[in-house]
Amino acid sequence: MSTAPATTKKDWTSDQEVRWCPGCGDYSILTAMQLLMPELDVRREDTVFISGIGCAARFPYYMNTYGMHSIHGRAPAIATGLAMARPDLNVWVVGGDGDMLSIGGNHLLHALRRNINLTILLFNNQIYGLTKGQYSPTSEVGKVTKSTPMGSIDQPYNPISLALGAEATFVARTHDMDRAHMQEMFRRAHAHQGSAIVEVFQNCNVFNDGAFNTITKKDARDAMLINLTHGEPVRFGVDNERGVVLDNGVARIVDVAEVGADRLHVHDETAPDPSVAFALSRLAEDRESPTPVGVFRAVERTEYGRSVAAQLAAANQERGPGDMHGLLRSLPTWEVS
Amino acid sequence: MTDTVDSTNELREVERIIIRFAGDSGDGMQLTGDRFTSASALFGNDLATLPEFPAEIRAPAGTLAGVSAFQVHISDHDITTPGDAPNVLVAMNPAALKSDLGKLEPGGTIIVNSDAFEERNLAKAGYESNPLEDDSLAGYTLISAPMTSLTKDACAELGVKPRDADRSKNFFALGLVSWLYARPEEPTMIWIREKFRGKDLVIAANEAAYRAGNAFGETAELAASRLTVRPARLAPGTYTNINGNTALSWGLIAAGQQAGLPLFLGSYPITPASDILHELSKHKNFGVRTFQAEDEIAAVGSALGASYGGHIGITTTSGPGIALKGETLGLAVSLELPLVVVNIQRGGPSTGLPTKTEAADLMMAMYGRHGEAPMPIVAASSPADCFDAAIEAVRIAVQYRTPVMLLSDGYLANGTEPWRLPDVESFPTIDVEFPSKVNGLDEEGREVFWPYVRNEDMARPWAIPGTEGLMHRIGGIEKRDGTGNISYDPANHEFMVRLRDERIRKIAEKLPPLEIVGDEDAEILVVGWGSTWGAITSAVGRLRKAGTKVAHVQLRHLHPFAPNLGEILGRYRHVVVPEMNLGQLTKLLRAEYLVDAKVISKVSGQPFTAAELVTAIEEVTQ
Repeated sequence: MSTAPATTKKDWTSDQEVRWCPGCGDYSILTAMQLLMPELDVRREDTVFISGIGCAARFPYYMNTYGMHSIHGRAPAIATGLAMARPDLNVWVVGGDGDMLSIGGNHLLHALRRNINLTILLFNNQIYGLTKGQYSPTSEVGKVTKSTPMGSIDQPYNPISLALGAEATFVARTHDMDRAHMQEMFRRAHAHQGSAIVEVFQNCNVFNDGAFNTITKKDARDAMLINLTHGEPVRFGVDNERGVVLDNGVARIVDVAEVGADRLHVHDETAPDPSVAFALSRLAEDRESPTPVGVFRAVERTEYGRSVAAQLAAANQERGPGDMHGLLRSLPTWEVS
Repeated sequence: MTDTVDSTNELREVERIIIRFAGDSGDGMQLTGDRFTSASALFGNDLATLPEFPAEIRAPAGTLAGVSAFQVHISDHDITTPGDAPNVLVAMNPAALKSDLGKLEPGGTIIVNSDAFEERNLAKAGYESNPLEDDSLAGYTLISAPMTSLTKDACAELGVKPRDADRSKNFFALGLVSWLYARPEEPTMIWIREKFRGKDLVIAANEAAYRAGNAFGETAELAASRLTVRPARLAPGTYTNINGNTALSWGLIAAGQQAGLPLFLGSYPITPASDILHELSKHKNFGVRTFQAEDEIAAVGSALGASYGGHIGITTTSGPGIALKGETLGLAVSLELPLVVVNIQRGGPSTGLPTKTEAADLMMAMYGRHGEAPMPIVAASSPADCFDAAIEAVRIAVQYRTPVMLLSDGYLANGTEPWRLPDVESFPTIDVEFPSKVNGLDEEGREVFWPYVRNEDMARPWAIPGTEGLMHRIGGIEKRDGTGNISYDPANHEFMVRLRDERIRKIAEKLPPLEIVGDEDAEILVVGWGSTWGAITSAVGRLRKAGTKVAHVQLRHLHPFAPNLGEILGRYRHVVVPEMNLGQLTKLLRAEYLVDAKVISKVSGQPFTAAELVTAIEEVTQ
């Protein structure tokens, strides 16, 4: 059922001058989004982008929708309030790895476990860009930055593992070099009822240029990206010669010729237990190893906003609409004449 | 009632009685005090209460740290405080006697559970000898009742186990005190049956304990100590006994009804504010959404998000929570969205005194955000007044599109007073207008929506998502007035900082002028804010009765001040400001009006008593 009027990319583009560095991966994500929107059958006025602080967080300014550029890390919390109050809206949350995993890590975890209707885009460039190049919670150990002249000693987060640990109901990964794949992930995340998170590998060409080249460059992708497809054996490689098996719950990359195609793990994004998806998320320890992209997990669980609405409806059913006169007399009263 | 003719004849009438129930945290003293209060309220007395309990849920039994107390002041006339020194102290164990005896008036009445005065408890309380047996209580009227054993005896034939019977001894105390002060029995019996419905044995035990307490009074020849307080001559109407947190919650609900908007509460549990979260959670049929967030920051963030969506966003907390919310409050100032921030102040800094009162967050409310980030401040002055203050906070937030700080404190939150229920028809109207039309032209002459165009109140349009054609972006970065576009222009920032300051100050123009209570021709003006109202009112009354001319003005609005405050301050030779801090309002008054205002401070975690204020006002103005 189509209800929204037909639109084009131009309708979704605000009048604001885009102020990212030339060559930033954020441009391709923005374009992917502005091109996708006319296909989603949503109205611009019913669409809201909420962000925190960071380069990625400028995103709402460039979308001709409602938008709020809030404060560092708090976008999931603010968006939660909005989504609870207004379940009729499509609420998107956009932020970077510092915003969502460091200063706002707590809010992200709780938004995911509550399963409230938010579509969360995590632009992961493994660096702090807006503060000019400090290491981030996803930077690799040993990374030399302005704040780690001798190399980072922090174990990085794997955002997919983190989201699965919080039992998020929709978890996906994509990258800024493949518009069609990005759009497919965004489309599916948008359609999901509940909290959906999409990690987007995003290149910061100023402070961390080429961080994902080894896996996302066109000529590297076949060998280095493992496309997860629901119901299909997990296979990849220039000649589809490699695959993934599960050994005692641990995912391992194998040569298909050695183990036989029958032994390959068949991806099931709807598996209720997140353990297998978690095992898949552990496959890429660094950017030198083949890395899974696609939908890790897509399961149904009661959406938070619906539970909120159900309790309000039940209270109304049981007690009728609120009566102020009665409320004031709900404790013992006495008359003075 | 089972009064004999004789004892009825001996009932002496007094104008007022202050009773303090004190016991171990597990002794049920809050409940006992609350029941005595309810019975007195239904009897028609005016009253004021002061619950005082430790922060620990169960401090070690029998220790001074575990003493929980409830003070109630009942009167046959209008009163505003829980009283100065109690006339009666009910002490359920040695620790309660030890910790609270100093508060009792000289020659006052002590009612003790003598069973609890055994060696171990005496040692825990630090008594070397039993005060019931040595002469140390000689100056007092001592009523010693073996409450534990008499309760067990009364319960024995009901089949209640002695251990369970022990839990009913507070009802023995209640029964005894109710007999001594001629309280009606019926409200308590009804309450017991309601509260413990389905637990017949508990009902029977509590009723038996209450009656045993009654009987003890009759048989132990205590008739000489019997007193009663007649009903007060209060204004006609329907009354309920209300505490500040409940009144505040109801005020928020009423404001939502008046505005025709749903309420959204984002909150994180914290003493002494949690009861507002509990109360509002019960009223979903008013369209109230409550959200227990993961932390204080998410609590205010979610409320702001809901406000952005057209709800009345509210967050409730105490001082430590306000500290955490500061950055989001700055955002709300910049976004110019309605938001009500409720601070039930408690002793600080840091964890401080979670269950004790203080009012030392005024400067934080004024200035506790980075940059010039003004927000209106509204303060409640009595438990029932929390209702009106909440409506006023919502009104300002909605009308002027601004975060508003609503200040209450631990004393108002838990203290109670009779409240003459207002007529729902009398509630102030709160007009809300969501724009639906574009309001500007872009450079190419096309009609567009500008989020920072202002009305006569200098408030920007509250254009909520879902409104066709008004899509716009807002954020914490400095923006140009009108278009709302990001602007780093130096002159623009200067303009916006001054504009945000002016638009909050401008709220004063429509505030009602302050009214002075007391003597117009006095030389002394007492300026109050918050919960000091009760003690100031009482103290000013006593001073005037004694012939001193005094005037009193109570501030509802702490930012901006009411328009005639400066003129009022200029009329008096002495301006004194009682505050439960080291002089925060005093500093603001001195800075704003160049008056020689003098502070009367109290920061002990307890509210002022009227007697303290009488003395202090006399000293300061000599």
